[in-house]
Amino acid sequence: MNNFLSISVYGSAIILILIGLYGVLAKKNLLKVVIGLSIVDSGLHLLFVAIGYVKDGTAPIFSPEVIGKNVQMVDPVPQALVLTAIVIGFAVTAVALSLVVRLYRHYNTAHIDEIKNLKW
Amino acid sequence: MTGIIIIISVLSILLIGSGIFAIVTKNLLHAVIATGVISLALSVLFFLLHAPDVALTEAAIGVALTTIIFIIAIRNTTEKEDDGKRVKKTDKPEVNKVN
Amino acid sequence: MIKKIIVLFILVVVGIFLIEAFTKIPFGVKRSGVSDFYLIESPQTNKVANVVTSIVVNFRGFDTLGEVTVLFLAATGLGSILYRRRKKKFHEARVKIASSRILQIGAQMIFPVVILLGAYIFIHGHLTPGGGFQGGVIIATGFLLLMISYRGFSVNHRTISWIESLAGMTFVGFGLIGLIKGTTFLQNFLPTGELNNLISGGIIGIIYVAVGFKVASELTGALDTFLLNNKQVTHLEDEE
Repeated sequence: MNNFLSISVYGSAIILILIGLYGVLAKKNLLKVVIGLSIVDSGLHLLFVAIGYVKDGTAPIFSPEVIGKNVQMVDPVPQALVLTAIVIGFAVTAVALSLVVRLYRHYNTAHIDEIKNLKW
Repeated sequence: MTGIIIIISVLSILLIGSGIFAIVTKNLLHAVIATGVISLALSVLFFLLHAPDVALTEAAIGVALTTIIFIIAIRNTTEKEDDGKRVKKTDKPEVNKVN
Repeated sequence: MIKKIIVLFILVVVGIFLIEAFTKIPFGVKRSGVSDFYLIESPQTNKVANVVTSIVVNFRGFDTLGEVTVLFLAATGLGSILYRRRKKKFHEARVKIASSRILQIGAQMIFPVVILLGAYIFIHGHLTPGGGFQGGVIIATGFLLLMISYRGFSVNHRTISWIESLAGMTFVGFGLIGLIKGTTFLQNFLPTGELNNLISGGIIGIIYVAVGFKVASELTGALDTFLLNNKQVTHLEDEE
């Protein structure tokens, strides 16, 4: 059970990172590159939160039911870091998209070969 | 125990399938909707890993705002992927020669 | 063709390194003593029920200040990159196609509920899951709904600038008061109440309310800028 959980959560996070990296490196349309960047961000956030998971733990909130008892709680530090990371990932995506719109307005195409005049 | 196994396998398959579809397809609008589906499945997975703050943030930012910003950017640029490919040199019309 | 082979080779190398690193990290094992410190200190010293909020605002509050700065810079960059000189034809070229009546009436009915939900989430950020960023984003989504359904709806940018500046100054001001009193920046100086009360946690609740206002007004202004650049306007302007 623990083995299955570990393989599926870590495995889907690593596969998401690799899919996004392929989108950034090998695609020619600029919007596809930005989509790939957003997918890499999602994979990384899942990897971080999965590291902080404790078996049979609960959410780190001291509601009135769990105050007196001694319950095991999930690690709260990676969650605080991922909270900041999600907001910053969104800000980076927004600025990248505004750059793409500006480039399109100037060159009238969003294809990277036309803009850079490369043949490779 | 088997309930959780089923839910997590369905979510993982949805995650990887939407990721592959978002990179491979040629229609940009479909790719953006697939990114939204990735954020949705990720938000449910965060909740199952006992992280409710992160799930709320990912659902609010990843599903609503990122999709809207991508759609506005597509509206100001082009909708298909290879919309500006170079025309081959053999297709040029001939220039009039002055004799 | 060669480029695709090189890209696949890079992906395989990165994949092998990642898999090798993460098979050595066992899943679901309690790892560090740092989390013990936060889980014990937070209901005792700060009397805040949500441990993640207490970490984000008080123990690591300087990082939150940096995050608010990054959002502010992103909104500024968005506005300056997509800047257009406003000519007279600009205002006439706004899209005049109205959306259907169902969308308009539905948006009018949902909008107050969405604002109420967003305000509830950032006011109770220290008791339930949620906080300033989540509530601010939800309020911005409510305004976006109105911007989509009513084509002539636009927000007043002066009001938004004032709200955003005041909220940002509140955050930094509360931090500086801690510095003036002789202790550290962002020290918790107000009296902390009981656990699980609305008024508890000192300055944590006030700072999160300020962050909620700031994020909501910033994202509304940025979305308004982004939506204003119509494709039809491109045809009417002269070539720059």
